[in-house]
Amino acid sequence: MPPLPPSVPLSWYLTLSLILFVLGIAGFLFRRNIITVFMSIELMLNAVNLSFITFSYKLKQVDGHIFAFFVMVVAAAEAAVGLAIILTVFKNRQTLEIDELSSLKN
Amino acid sequence: MQLWLIPLLPLAGFAVNGLLGRRLSKTAINAVAAGSVLLSFLWVLKTLSALGVFGGGTPLEQAYTEHYYTWIQSGMLNIGVDFAIDRLTAVMLMIVTGVGFLIHVYAIGYMAHEGGYYRFFAYLNLFMFFMLVLVLGANFLLLFVGWEGVGLCSYLLIGFYFTEKFATDAGNKAFIVNRIGDFGFALAVFLIAVHFGSLDFATVFGKVQGMPVESSAGWMTAIALLLFVGATGKSAQIPLYVWLPDAMAGPTPVSALIHAATMVTAGVYMVTRSSAIFLHAHNALEVVAIIGLATAFFAATMGLAQTDIKKVYAYSTVSQLGYMFLGLGTGAFSAGIFHVMTHAFFKALLFLGAGSVIHAMSGEQDLRKMGGLRKYTPITFWTLLCASVAIAGVPPFSGYHSKDAILASAYEYAPWMYWVGVFTAGMTAFYVFRAFFLAFFGEPRWQAAAHDAHGHDAHGHGHGEPHESPPSMWIPLAVLAVLSLAGGYINIPKWLEPMFKVPEEGPGIPWTALVSVAAGLLGIALAAWFYLISPAIPEGLARSFSTPYRWIYNKYFVDEFYDSVVVEPMIDGSRSLLWRVVDASGIDAIVNGTGKTARNLGGILKRMQSGSIRSYAAWVVLGSIMVIIAITMGGGR
Repeated sequence: MPPLPPSVPLSWYLTLSLILFVLGIAGFLFRRNIITVFMSIELMLNAVNLSFITFSYKLKQVDGHIFAFFVMVVAAAEAAVGLAIILTVFKNRQTLEIDELSSLKN
Repeated sequence: MQLWLIPLLPLAGFAVNGLLGRRLSKTAINAVAAGSVLLSFLWVLKTLSALGVFGGGTPLEQAYTEHYYTWIQSGMLNIGVDFAIDRLTAVMLMIVTGVGFLIHVYAIGYMAHEGGYYRFFAYLNLFMFFMLVLVLGANFLLLFVGWEGVGLCSYLLIGFYFTEKFATDAGNKAFIVNRIGDFGFALAVFLIAVHFGSLDFATVFGKVQGMPVESSAGWMTAIALLLFVGATGKSAQIPLYVWLPDAMAGPTPVSALIHAATMVTAGVYMVTRSSAIFLHAHNALEVVAIIGLATAFFAATMGLAQTDIKKVYAYSTVSQLGYMFLGLGTGAFSAGIFHVMTHAFFKALLFLGAGSVIHAMSGEQDLRKMGGLRKYTPITFWTLLCASVAIAGVPPFSGYHSKDAILASAYEYAPWMYWVGVFTAGMTAFYVFRAFFLAFFGEPRWQAAAHDAHGHDAHGHGHGEPHESPPSMWIPLAVLAVLSLAGGYINIPKWLEPMFKVPEEGPGIPWTALVSVAAGLLGIALAAWFYLISPAIPEGLARSFSTPYRWIYNKYFVDEFYDSVVVEPMIDGSRSLLWRVVDASGIDAIVNGTGKTARNLGGILKRMQSGSIRSYAAWVVLGSIMVIIAITMGGGR
């Protein structure tokens, strides 16, 4: 693995990861289209992946890599199931507005 | 030696008839039911002859034991499934399988017109299985298994006509009353396990015999008395005898097999088996003698005035069981077992004969509606005569030998017991011959009744004229008649001598025997005088002694007494306290309260479930933040 340029310190990676994660949370909470919400979740996962890789590199341990791969596998599975659900929802409701899908209560 | 085959053959019969009986023909059911018991009987014979019983010498001085597997192993306690055969078990095996087979054959004829045919024979075979486990078991727990099993079969067979309320009531009564006795028995078994660390007969009795008699500690008496409580339940002794007369609601072969010949003698067998314990607890042994004598006496008086032929014999059974316990209590264990055997012969014959009479009368059981049957059912007449002279103790027939042995032992123990026993013997002869004369002699009293009467036994198949029974019924009667007459010459006390010391007998016939024979003959003569020569006398006596007569006729109001003292308070208490208070406002309140609390809590919590996905998302984020805060506060661990 090629060494990181010495000019990029650890904190930058972590800051980027944090920004991505907060963006994900914001999208997760405030967007109204289900697909966007879904993409926000993916964004959060990848933000976490980034910090895993960073620490793995910094600490010279392979655990973080393994974990990142693991998260990617789960994310792929989740994407498949999630998109299928979204398709079905759209077929039945002709809408992807998240506020209109509120029949599951009480 | 494959002792396990003996009980397993009837169990196989039960399995075949119970599972497939609905689809089998009657012939097949008969073959399976009677055949399995016959094979079991033959296997008993083969086993005994292999053990040298029928040869000379002194076979079976030691018990022959087979160990199959360890059933329970817990700490010091080690209980195996072991079958053992010794001289006592050999006698019981012969009685159970031999008489059992004859009664199975008889039942084929008797039950021919009944519904639930396969069910009846399946239960009967199951009974044989449990009874054989009971006598073969080599420890108290196996004995208990058999003990409970025969109780179950007794319940099932008493309530065989389950559409009749009185039959199911009688079954319940038998089962519940037996529970009381079985509870005592179970406590005794626990005490034995605690004090001896084993339930094996050999171990326990070996330890008991090692103790000096003087050291009969209080708990030894307690064990003996609790065992005897079990025996009073199963063998129908005062105060738990009340179920046996009612048990006559079952079909007559059941009365003969279970409630006369085998199951009810299980208590006698158990006490005899535990003789080592009883001999170390003299107080308990005295209780056994007194209860036995009291039961013999009172049951005999109750038998005097019964009008149902089966009830007469039922009270007679209770009374004869009392004799057996009198024998055991006065130390003559072998005489008690001797009486078990002869009683099995003549009482089974009495019941089967009664069944034959009932069959002839198309279901009529009331002695007042019989009479003059001698012409119509000659074989039944002669065989019942054999049984009656045997039970009346007329020498040289079987009842004389065993009853005399018991009475002789009672005289040695306490003369007053002997005299009460002799008086009871007189009454026995009287009521047995009363039933005999009423049924077979005098004017027929059945013309009007026979056609429309379908008595308790639900056995009517309306032929009008009384008729002799088919061969499958009278052949067992004939065999049992021979046994009743000659069975007294099978010298059981001598056979059991290695186990129980027999007191030395003086030469010639002791005067005690002469007196009891005289009492028996007097009873027969009185019965003949009352019911053959001048039938007006008994009615006159009943009128002039109306109060004692009413008491006897109503069986001393014992059933009514138990009803008002035990049964009704129990039902009332259950209804008003246990149901209305404990159940309704206690248990129900707890259960309903739990449900209500959960629902109220849910009512509050369900507001979180608004259905809006975004609020869920907010909860998730909030939760994550809380978790992170909590971890941070905890120092990052």
